[in-house]
Amino acid sequence: MGKSHFFVTGDPMIYGADVSIVLAMIAIVFSLTYFKKWGYLWREWITTVDHKKIGIMYLLSSLIMLFRGGVDAILMRLQLAIPNNHFLPSEHYNEIFTTHGTIMILFMAMPFMFALFNMVVPLQLGARDVAFPMLNALSFWLFFIGAMLFNISFVIGGSADAGWLSYPPLSENAFSPGPGQNFWIWGIQLSGIGSLATGINFIVTILKMRTPSMRLRDMPLFSWSVLSSSIAILGVFPILTVTLAMLTIDRLLGGHFFTMDAGGNPMMYVNLIWMWGHPEVYIVVLPAFGVYSEVVATFSRKRIFGYGSMVFSMIAISVVSYYTWAHHFFTMGAGADVNIVFAICTMIIAIPTGVKIFNWLFTMFRGRIRVTQPMLWFYAFVPTFLVGGATGVMLAAAPADYQYHNSYFLIAHFHQVLIGGVVFGYLAGMYYWFPKIFGFKLNDRLGKWGFWLWQIGFYVCFMPQYALGFMGMTRRIYTYNQSAGWDMGWAPLNMISTVGAFLMGLGFVFQAWQIIYSLKHGERDVTGDAWDGRTLEWSIPSPPPIYNFAVLPTVKGLDAWWYQKEEMKKEGYKPEPVKYEPIHMPKNTGIPFIMSIFWFIAGFGFTFEWMWMGIIGLIGVVATLFARSFQYDTDYYISVEEIERTEKALRNYTSVQRSAN
Amino acid sequence: MQQSVSAHVSDHDHGHVDQEGLKVLGFWIFLVTDCLLFATFFATYAVLHNHTNGGFTAKEFDIPGFIIETFILLISSFTSGLAVLAMNKGNKKGLIRWLIVTAALGATFVGFEINEFTHMVAEGATISKSAFLTSFFSLVGTHGLHVTFGIFWMIGLIFQLSRKGITPVTKRKISIISLYWHFLDAVWIFIFTVVYLMGVM
Repeated sequence: MGKSHFFVTGDPMIYGADVSIVLAMIAIVFSLTYFKKWGYLWREWITTVDHKKIGIMYLLSSLIMLFRGGVDAILMRLQLAIPNNHFLPSEHYNEIFTTHGTIMILFMAMPFMFALFNMVVPLQLGARDVAFPMLNALSFWLFFIGAMLFNISFVIGGSADAGWLSYPPLSENAFSPGPGQNFWIWGIQLSGIGSLATGINFIVTILKMRTPSMRLRDMPLFSWSVLSSSIAILGVFPILTVTLAMLTIDRLLGGHFFTMDAGGNPMMYVNLIWMWGHPEVYIVVLPAFGVYSEVVATFSRKRIFGYGSMVFSMIAISVVSYYTWAHHFFTMGAGADVNIVFAICTMIIAIPTGVKIFNWLFTMFRGRIRVTQPMLWFYAFVPTFLVGGATGVMLAAAPADYQYHNSYFLIAHFHQVLIGGVVFGYLAGMYYWFPKIFGFKLNDRLGKWGFWLWQIGFYVCFMPQYALGFMGMTRRIYTYNQSAGWDMGWAPLNMISTVGAFLMGLGFVFQAWQIIYSLKHGERDVTGDAWDGRTLEWSIPSPPPIYNFAVLPTVKGLDAWWYQKEEMKKEGYKPEPVKYEPIHMPKNTGIPFIMSIFWFIAGFGFTFEWMWMGIIGLIGVVATLFARSFQYDTDYYISVEEIERTEKALRNYTSVQRSAN
Repeated sequence: MQQSVSAHVSDHDHGHVDQEGLKVLGFWIFLVTDCLLFATFFATYAVLHNHTNGGFTAKEFDIPGFIIETFILLISSFTSGLAVLAMNKGNKKGLIRWLIVTAALGATFVGFEINEFTHMVAEGATISKSAFLTSFFSLVGTHGLHVTFGIFWMIGLIFQLSRKGITPVTKRKISIISLYWHFLDAVWIFIFTVVYLMGVM
């Protein structure tokens, strides 16, 4: 695939990818331009440390990456639709399944999750910002340039093609020379460091930045899910960093961690990467669980059922997830005694998950349910995740796994839990909090089209894959011959599966249209409380002012805003007189962006093994760190007059809402 | 770590979080992740320490060299403690003096380490000779890089101290770097034991 050339040439698909990358870049620029004029881009977005804006940037990037990963998926399905197909050259197919997996997990799911973290957590806690706003911006920019570094591999140098987790020895120099594999390493390395920083940031935010009257046991469940997810990030992302560093040492400095010669051990890589990789899937699913807890309680108009057990099960999942990694390679030959420990730990995870599902159902029981878009996605989640979880338990049975291992049964399983659990959850969260951040709801009719296309497409796509797995079709297969296709029955099922992929793609198109349509025609939320919510984020205007809360809210238990509303409805309710005080806020800074540019230079240099360029980049990184250390003028106060002015303008809406209640 | 409710209710607080305390807590949590980073290197070292590929083995480490290194680093940890004591007494000159001593000891340590590495490489014990050597250079080298980074950081802080004096902000910065320095010392104790002592035994 022209790896010796700097620019990848010779394949019309690649030229297509070139165009799509350019379009994605234009889309980013366009979206940013839409909200503020170009002249304000630097001041309002690139240098911002406001968690709400950072959340918006994460959301946009992740939707664009969802598009890119989705195009990869559709290309793969086209390749597999009929027997003996050569729609894609085989190397190109390998690149596409590699980038699909990497992008969907690390550049779609992770930023979508961080979008929700940023948009919601400080608002739910009654906080003005996260604990370390500058670090938060740095996390975003590290993710962003990591994703860009990974994505330009299509245009420059060629993509990685050793699978989304790039097992050695295949990913070593001997078998994957050239920049493709390095792009994978550096793209993930940079965004992974950003993720680790976000994990630290949100743990400290949740522990220390809650409004003073909010005890941990009063904290909304989404924030709890963020805490448990961040704890898991803390525990496993350092392992990812080191594993990637070791692969770099092997490739760049001629080390022998994972090579086949000189005493290296490739299986050590597989163990290490899954010590990160398996908790990683719980890291992304836990916040989705948090979203469901908020959505179900709000739209059932009931307090969540079993709050304590919800918290306990989330923490249990984040702890037990550390002890499941070997189930990805029961076939390694560790022996029955080792396999059984990991099999049982894997199955144990199903218990807290089951507890959560029952709690959601009991919350709905005798609730006054409103079927809104977030609720629809929750409805879709329950059966999908249930079946996905059940096939997961089947896979966890070590002896049986020898049959399912690396088959399409596994592919169907993890897509079912990752789409059914994570993607549905994040979409529910997006629909739920969209009015809070943007000030308008997303159109219902288009959303339902998108929803049903996703649902039908999902089942049409993935149910046949379970059967294909039992028929012996293995993952990453490039093509299959006529006899497998017709005599063994692979072809019709593959064709059906491809149709399903297109339906999901169409669903995404509807959603994109829905967002664009709603920019102009969406139902404006003038109350700040679009869904008659229960938690503190709904007590402030939408979109919230820069400081979120003019006065730190008082919390008297769970569902603080719901009970405050109850009190406000009471006869003779007198609002407490508000006394504003100057608010301490962080100043904007360009350092996160500039440092990330240097990281990009370093990553690009090491990718092409131009050591001079890599070292220049690293020196730049250290220099910006020093520059930050010498900055003392990093904060400012918002004056009382300014708060009064802002609040006066905003409160006109809120008074309408208060009288309506 | 939990802030008590009563402390917040008091009027002078305005509900603003103690920024410096926040950063110290954040750094503690960062140290947890750094600890895991080293733990992963230790784990691979444990797996690969016999995979010597017929080359340099752990028995051949230079015993006086690593013992001197260890003592230098231990003393630097002690002097960084003295620096913090001087800071708590409000003695800016003493603080800067002890920081300079600490950084100088750190630099000596790194010098010894570079010397050790170059000698090994000269004997043919390079990073690409065997899996054992790859894991050895990576583990010890990562620690050395941490120390090097810490030295530059410390020099930066010395400049800031001489300009700003002892303020709540510089005080927090010194507390954090001294945490970092003690942490590196603790990691070295493990390297000393697991890599060097168990190697030559």
